[in-house]
Amino acid sequence: MRITQGTFSYLPDFTDEEIEAQVQYALDNGWPLSVEFTDDPHPRNNLWEMWGLPMFDLADAAGVLYEVNECRKAYPDHYVRLNAYDARYGRQTTALSFIVSRPADEPGFRLDRQEGPGRLVRFSIHPYALDRPKGDRYQ
Amino acid sequence: MTDRWAAGVIPYAEMGYWEPDYEPKPTDVLCAFRITPQPGVPPEEAGAAVAGESSTATWTVVWTDRLTDHEHYQAKCYRVDPVPGSAGQQGEGQYIAYIAYDLDLFEEGSIANLTSSIIGNVFGFKALKALRLEDMRIPSHYTKTFQGPAHGIVMEREYLNKYGRPLLGATTKPKLGLSARNYGRVVYEALRGGLDFTKDDENINSQPFMRWRDRFLHCIEAVNRAQAETGEVKGHYMNVTAATMEDMYERAEFARDLGSVIIMIDLTIGYTAIQSMAKWARANGVILHLHRAGHGTYTRQKTHGVSFRVIAKWMRLAGVDHIHAGTVVGKLEGDPNMVAGYYDTLRLNKVEPDPVKGLYFEQDWASMPGCMPVASGGIHAGQMHQLLHYLGEDVVLQFGGGTIGHPMGIAAGATANRVALEAMIKARNEGRDYLTEGEEILKAAAQRSRELDVALATWGDITFNYASTDTPDVLETPVSV
Repeated sequence: MRITQGTFSYLPDFTDEEIEAQVQYALDNGWPLSVEFTDDPHPRNNLWEMWGLPMFDLADAAGVLYEVNECRKAYPDHYVRLNAYDARYGRQTTALSFIVSRPADEPGFRLDRQEGPGRLVRFSIHPYALDRPKGDRYQ
Repeated sequence: MTDRWAAGVIPYAEMGYWEPDYEPKPTDVLCAFRITPQPGVPPEEAGAAVAGESSTATWTVVWTDRLTDHEHYQAKCYRVDPVPGSAGQQGEGQYIAYIAYDLDLFEEGSIANLTSSIIGNVFGFKALKALRLEDMRIPSHYTKTFQGPAHGIVMEREYLNKYGRPLLGATTKPKLGLSARNYGRVVYEALRGGLDFTKDDENINSQPFMRWRDRFLHCIEAVNRAQAETGEVKGHYMNVTAATMEDMYERAEFARDLGSVIIMIDLTIGYTAIQSMAKWARANGVILHLHRAGHGTYTRQKTHGVSFRVIAKWMRLAGVDHIHAGTVVGKLEGDPNMVAGYYDTLRLNKVEPDPVKGLYFEQDWASMPGCMPVASGGIHAGQMHQLLHYLGEDVVLQFGGGTIGHPMGIAAGATANRVALEAMIKARNEGRDYLTEGEEILKAAAQRSRELDVALATWGDITFNYASTDTPDVLETPVSV
């Protein structure tokens, strides 16, 4: 399966040039970029690990792409995403966030059901990869 | 001048309701009414009558006014402008009457009280042929007494973990008659195919063919299955509209306990019920969607009723997170400039007056979170460039028929919409003139998506080009370059 979180998961994976064009759009809007990675892609995992601090003072798209590639190299079997942040009053949240690399094999999620009274079923989503320890989840 | 306090009937204008020198205070509630006076009624008197009947006055002099500081409580009509080009249409002219109401006239945080005052009595007034509430300026002092959206646009996005693009939805069709199990099938297919939300329609409540509890159980299974298939947060707007507040709370609590991220209500439940549900939604962490069922009965005609921009303003105050606000290009009424005015009213923190968009006043929302507009009704993937251009990014685009009617199935219809949307966002961000090049961008994306290719072949040339009935009085003058 293909996890479809992020702004562009229904398009073919972006080339470096395509990533750079999106970075330039964010920079033109005054949005600093940041890189995050994880091997726990549960849809409600809000806390992906930070690849350093947000690049508040980096105005060069090539520099941002360099950090993306460094993170990809360090964490090849992980999900890596690039975020752009809009600190403008009234927004103060993420403005753009898309996956820039993913593990070669994505086993997906198991849906657990706990049956209760009155036909009530409690659902729980479990990433198969989570059965292995952190850092060793995707091969 | 007649004696103000002599028993009998004197013109409203002479009772203090027409005050052309009045300078509105920053704390006043201001209204712009479109008035069409009966023949022989001067526009100032008509405006004064509206001010009078929507505040302290009755048809005759009453001595008991003198027991109050009556000038303080009187609404004041302070300006009347003829509407350009309206004189001579069916023999009578239209005017915009501006009326100021002291803050003291309204109960804190109550839409019911605000509306009972402003539109409670005057719309049947015989001295007027027609009356329309065009816009209101709600002062920050009053705005701050309302809860506002239960979550707002920013919180909703963080809750759903979805950024940088409009959200996608679809209303389950057919609206009526599906059993709960079949209904859940439609929801699952649409969500796993790529939509963020599916939706109950306004008239799906708890009918003999499908009771609410059965529907909720099947829909939450569909939502969870789709989440497992995609790794994304998904939602189904569970319509909790019912006969009583007790019934609505019961349904809302069940939806919450199932883990639904969102519920919905209809405008027909009334302002007080909407405010109650907004309070409940914030306390329970559930996003609140409002379907504007019935609004067309009083918002559509240009000379009589209440403009939708006023309804939008009331609903942001009342505290809903989503409200249907027009598509521009779809099957339902909506002039592009007017719709832009509604979207500004719902989303921005400060709105400037703009006659082209039908905005009569500035509106400072005093940091009240924005309300997510929803575009629904006769839209399809082939219009994606126009939808993004007219409606922007903070919007839910709902493709009902445009998802479910796809020849390859519901999931394929959903995928087509998602691919079209992401391709258009990508092109926009890359600096392309996506409005002009929209069709090429979609065709290029369709080369790598059979779902989109088939969608464009099916609906690519469907348009709804009818003249709008509700248009601004002022048009942008084309400037030659």
